[in-house]
Amino acid sequence: MREDFGKALVTLGMELEELVVLDPDVSTSTRTCYFAERFPDRFLNVGISEQDMIGMAAGLASTGMLPIATGFAVFVVGRGWEQIRNTVARQKLNVKIAVTHSGLSDHGDGPSHQSVEDVALMRAIPNMTVVVPADGPSAAEALRASAYHRGPVYMRLGREGAPRVYLEGAELSLGAANLIREGSDATIIANGIMVSMALEAAELLAEEGLDVRVIDMHTVKPLDLGCLERAARETGAIVTAEEHSVIGGLGGAVSEALAELRPTAMRRIGVGDSFGTSSRTYWELLEAYGLTPKAIADATRSTVGRRI
Amino acid sequence: MEVNSGRITPLLSDVSERNGKPLSTLKLNAKILRELNLIRYREDSGGVELSELGRFVLDLLKEDYVREPERRAGDPTSRIPLGELTRRIGALRRRVLRMVEEAGSGHLSSSLSSLTIIATLYLAKMRHDPKNPGWELRDRFLLGKGHAAPALYAVLAECGYLPEGELSRLGCLGGLLQGHPEASIPGVDSASGSLGQCLSIANGMALSGKMRGMDYRVYVLLGDGELEEGQVWEAAMSSAKHRLDNLTAIVDRNGLQLTGPTEAVKPLEPLADKWRAFGWKVLEADGEDPRDILLALQEAEAVKGRPTVIIASTVRAGSSSRKGWRRGL
Ligand SMILES: Cc1ncc(C[n+]2csc(CCOP(=O)(O)OP(=O)(O)O)c2C)c(N)n1
Repeated sequence: MREDFGKALVTLGMELEELVVLDPDVSTSTRTCYFAERFPDRFLNVGISEQDMIGMAAGLASTGMLPIATGFAVFVVGRGWEQIRNTVARQKLNVKIAVTHSGLSDHGDGPSHQSVEDVALMRAIPNMTVVVPADGPSAAEALRASAYHRGPVYMRLGREGAPRVYLEGAELSLGAANLIREGSDATIIANGIMVSMALEAAELLAEEGLDVRVIDMHTVKPLDLGCLERAARETGAIVTAEEHSVIGGLGGAVSEALAELRPTAMRRIGVGDSFGTSSRTYWELLEAYGLTPKAIADATRSTVGRRI
Repeated sequence: MEVNSGRITPLLSDVSERNGKPLSTLKLNAKILRELNLIRYREDSGGVELSELGRFVLDLLKEDYVREPERRAGDPTSRIPLGELTRRIGALRRRVLRMVEEAGSGHLSSSLSSLTIIATLYLAKMRHDPKNPGWELRDRFLLGKGHAAPALYAVLAECGYLPEGELSRLGCLGGLLQGHPEASIPGVDSASGSLGQCLSIANGMALSGKMRGMDYRVYVLLGDGELEEGQVWEAAMSSAKHRLDNLTAIVDRNGLQLTGPTEAVKPLEPLADKWRAFGWKVLEADGEDPRDILLALQEAEAVKGRPTVIIASTVRAGSSSRKGWRRGL
């Protein structure tokens, strides 16, 4: 995903003269190095200073530039949170925060570098838009949509490549969920790398005769309530799937909305209330945390059985 | 290394002959330099050349930016003979290399640049007991630059905190040794991995020692790039305020951070003056020489009424010779 992100930044840089990229000494890891090479004058390596970076981005935005602050999810959101809240969001500044290495994807580095709380942290901030693209092409689209959106946006990407869900030039409009598979027995609402797994889970369930809808809820905030309410009404069973804590992320957002809108049988697939851990491969790690098509399919089956 | 049109192996053999360095060491160095994007070459054919970054670093070195610290005179007190210490550090160096290779991830050159300092502390200096990792009176060590974890793990195993076999399971799912230090690992005094946090923690430990009347010392190893985190300087003021003379910070001054030389990314110099202005006693040492490190640590211990920082010049390339580094190898 970071590859597509790095390349998309260069394309956008050609289009938008005011676009500047800020990097806290990780450009080779986030792939903003491509932008640095192409537009050295609009690339700021601020050093290992995430808080400083957010403040600088705020200043740039308030004086006419379009700053994209980048880095590892855990450090940018964690260190920079209060600056993001008090300086960027409170003033509705046009700062884009685009991070990689989210979820468990930084498998080798382990819990200090993995980030399963960032969506919750960013979602709680007023004025913030939160987007979690499913694959490379949609990451590129999400970046473009964010750049043309006015106001703060948080975009969350993984370190590893994600299986393709969309073709090149995928449509993505912030706040409008993508219905990517029709179905009437249950709905799986996913984002990030879990979208491709949700599709696989739907295939598994189809073999058992269950007709399952799949929604790519790339924008966690603002949540597409229309699409959500329809899914609840028409299928009566909702499963969320995300590479994030089950607390406060997509699962949290969907449960909160449905509890008031239309109480519905539900399950949340995600990282339980725990930190990540080191692993030599990403895929064995996802499996260890129960982030698999099979786990999603099992949860969906049991939710169908509990329909209200 | 001059820009050369020859192949890599004959070139290194030549350097090896002229300088009496083993060919294998030079090959490892060349590999690391390539990994750091300082030089470019292909194993089989074509020339060897400096990258843009490499040229930049070389220019800095020509300006004598990496100073040869003045060696201290005298013999330090060491728990083990210096010859033995040096020999064991050599073996540890090979072990770290093997660990990172086996794990398939990890910051090799950053681990190697801290290895001599960590090994010297644990093997020759610090008061600790591997049979009793929870001993209240032990000296504490915090690895601010947590990405040098492989070096710390190798040293902990060498001391007997971990079974040797654990080292080959670095980063395995369900294994003990995580990519960055975890408090659950015997001998680790604090988790780290997020740069910039350890000096504050060290302050807390040093303060606690004073409050509870315990005479342990606290050591914290910081990366030079790590000093770009604001928290380090917030903490530096706290250490000075509380006159934490039971605290020694060591800066691994290898001149590099993730994306390039510190002086290109966010200049730190004059670094010693910065620490002095923050109320610290500043010592400089050769971070690749156990003897010099020990003498500096001894000097730090004698300082009363304020904290001490040792700016230790090191080589982030696996070479043990700064002169070799000057030549580009
Ligand atoms: C808060 C934080 N931001 C970013 C990183 C990612 N990171 C890991 S190592 C590194 C460079 C460290 O440079 P330095 O402290 O000079 O150590 P060296 O590897 O050069 O010895 C960075 C930016 C991190 N671990 N923590």
